Amino acid sequence: MNIVVLVKQVPDSGAERELRSDDQTIDRSSANNVLNEMDEYAVEEALKLQEALGGEVTVLTMGPEQAGEAIRKALQMGPDKAVHVLDGALHGSCAVATSKVLAAALRTLNPDLVLAGAESTDGRVQVMPHMIAERLGIAALTGARKLTVDGGTLTVERQTEEGYEVVTAATPAIVSVWDTINEPRYPSLKGIMAAKKKPVQTLSLADLGISPDEVGFAGSTSTVVESTKRPPRQAGTKVTDSGDGGVQLVEFLATERFV
Amino acid sequence: MAEVLVVVEHSGGAVKKLTLELLTLARTLGEPAAVVFGAPGSAAALTGRLGEYGAAKIYAVESDELTGYLVAPKATVLASLIGDVAPAAVLLGSTQEGKEIAGRLAVKLDNGLLTDVSDLAADGTATQVVFAGSTIVRSKVSRGLPLATLRPNSVAPVPAPVTPAVSPVEVPLSDADKLVKVVDRVVEQKGSRPELTEASVVVSGGRGLGSAENFKLVEELADLLGGAVGASRAATDSGFYPHQFQVGQTGKTVSPQLYVALGISGAIQHRAGMQTSKTIVAVNKDAEAPIFELADFGVVGDLFKVVPQAAEEIRKRA
Ligand SMILES: Cc1cc2nc3c(=O)[nH]c(=O)nc-3n(C[C@H](O)[C@H](O)[C@H](O)COP(=O)(O)OP(=O)(O)OC[C@H]3O[C@@H](n4cnc5c(N)ncnc54)[C@H](O)[C@@H]3O)c2cc1C
Ligand SMILES: Nc1ncnc2c1ncn2[C@@H]1O[C@H](COP(=O)(O)O)[C@@H](O)[C@H]1O
Repeated sequence: MNIVVLVKQVPDSGAERELRSDDQTIDRSSANNVLNEMDEYAVEEALKLQEALGGEVTVLTMGPEQAGEAIRKALQMGPDKAVHVLDGALHGSCAVATSKVLAAALRTLNPDLVLAGAESTDGRVQVMPHMIAERLGIAALTGARKLTVDGGTLTVERQTEEGYEVVTAATPAIVSVWDTINEPRYPSLKGIMAAKKKPVQTLSLADLGISPDEVGFAGSTSTVVESTKRPPRQAGTKVTDSGDGGVQLVEFLATERFV
Repeated sequence: MAEVLVVVEHSGGAVKKLTLELLTLARTLGEPAAVVFGAPGSAAALTGRLGEYGAAKIYAVESDELTGYLVAPKATVLASLIGDVAPAAVLLGSTQEGKEIAGRLAVKLDNGLLTDVSDLAADGTATQVVFAGSTIVRSKVSRGLPLATLRPNSVAPVPAPVTPAVSPVEVPLSDADKLVKVVDRVVEQKGSRPELTEASVVVSGGRGLGSAENFKLVEELADLLGGAVGASRAATDSGFYPHQFQVGQTGKTVSPQLYVALGISGAIQHRAGMQTSKTIVAVNKDAEAPIFELADFGVVGDLFKVVPQAAEEIRKRA
């Protein structure tokens, strides 16, 4: 089974993040950039399937030059190779445009299965897998907490508001995973060394037959008008419990009419 | 006045609160038209409630087949409906399903999409709170009609009764809509507590609870306050509480009137899911815990002493 894993570089969600004041895109220069955490679970799931079923695992990303770091990070876990869609014209692309580019790249790779994270921590929009599926005319099984492959049939268990549901589809398909699905491996020293030699193919928009005005700011379907920093919440009263902390807490709740 | 399509979320014959919020917002943009997907008979059960919140029209998309597949058919039906009625805007809930339908719709129509908005102005400008609540962004769809998903608890639902006109919508499903079959839907024991994202009070526990057993304390306080129970990721990862109750960046976003954090340090990823709560209360034994930076009222102390005492005090006052 040939698998492509979609990975994305995002600013570290544990640090301060900002938008650039000039063009309102994510400021990658000030942020500490990491591999989107959810994507590590997608890589892990791909590697487990490869161990069981054979085939090749390819990592695919669309992003600026430095997104190459996220590719390396993913490759250290064990995938065979990577594809990086890199083009100056991509800067400022909205989700709709990004899905067009990723779908085009996936067409050239023609995988049996595409794995993705359930969401990216910068945008947390959870739309990419369905947008790509819509373009490729393939099934999208999203938010998997369990994935089983039986020949060409995929079965996914996914959490819902009410409980969970079991859904099934035939390959080719795209499956997005939550962090409940597995425990991602740490790269071994060998894996880190090997990753340096793994092939990373760069594709430009021209390679994909996409014109620059379909992506980036020119082709975007939405625009940020302005952004402002939200004033941080002010800390209120802090008391140290000296035997009546619980009572004081309830007194506060009572003044706020919660009890 | 042009119609504003609102995709209804319902379960067990009841309209979700988020849908009432959507209808309330829709009224500021045009004439609300509710789109109900479901098995035959679904719309009839919801008409009263939808009318109460101003749905002048209800599009009933009813078929047993529809419920057997994941979101693709819904996006197909909506795309054709949008072609027919040329709405002023299309609104969905910022839930997994709402975002997925919206994503497909955006591609089908080559239309911009604004997710997780907390407001949408009449001129189509949306407000989004991003980066763990630190930044407010105003954005607009620049191609197509305003298509947005609304975050739960962003708008207070206000009734505006009308008598809805119900029109059935045909569902011509193509093979591409039937790629993902739902083979089983399991409803897990929900209990009597309100739904986490809809609750006006949320009491959450963190690693400080120490065990699944101790989460009873969190549940007890939640029940006394009529609230839902939430948990930090450290708590769900440690198996103290089920994953679907996780609050934060990779869990649910909640915005209740009151959020109570017990034994939670207040990591930025946790704050991302509860920052916009109206009032925040915390109990933590570490005076330096970051949760105190945003708490309106904080008790530095041992939760195993403070929480039972608080519960006792609430009972006394009741
Ligand atoms: C990409 C990413 C996404 C994440 N998403 C989420 C998310 O969605 N939600 C989330 O919550 N986290 C998330 N996290 C994890 C987050 O960074 C923190 O690790 C987590 O929130 C910590 O949970 P905690 O506060 O319960 O545990 P800790 O940080 O260990 O804090 C426990 C607290 O309990 C206090 N305590 C202990 N015993 C007692 C006692 N007896 N009485 C009173 N207080 C006591 C301690 O002082 C401490 O402050 C994410 C992390 C990453 C990297
Ligand atoms: N630029 C990108 N390059 C590669 N994969 C992406 C990109 N953006 C999103 N994805 C994938 O889509 C998933 C969901 O992202 P999102 O829809 O942005 O929340 C991510 O976890 C990635 O697997």
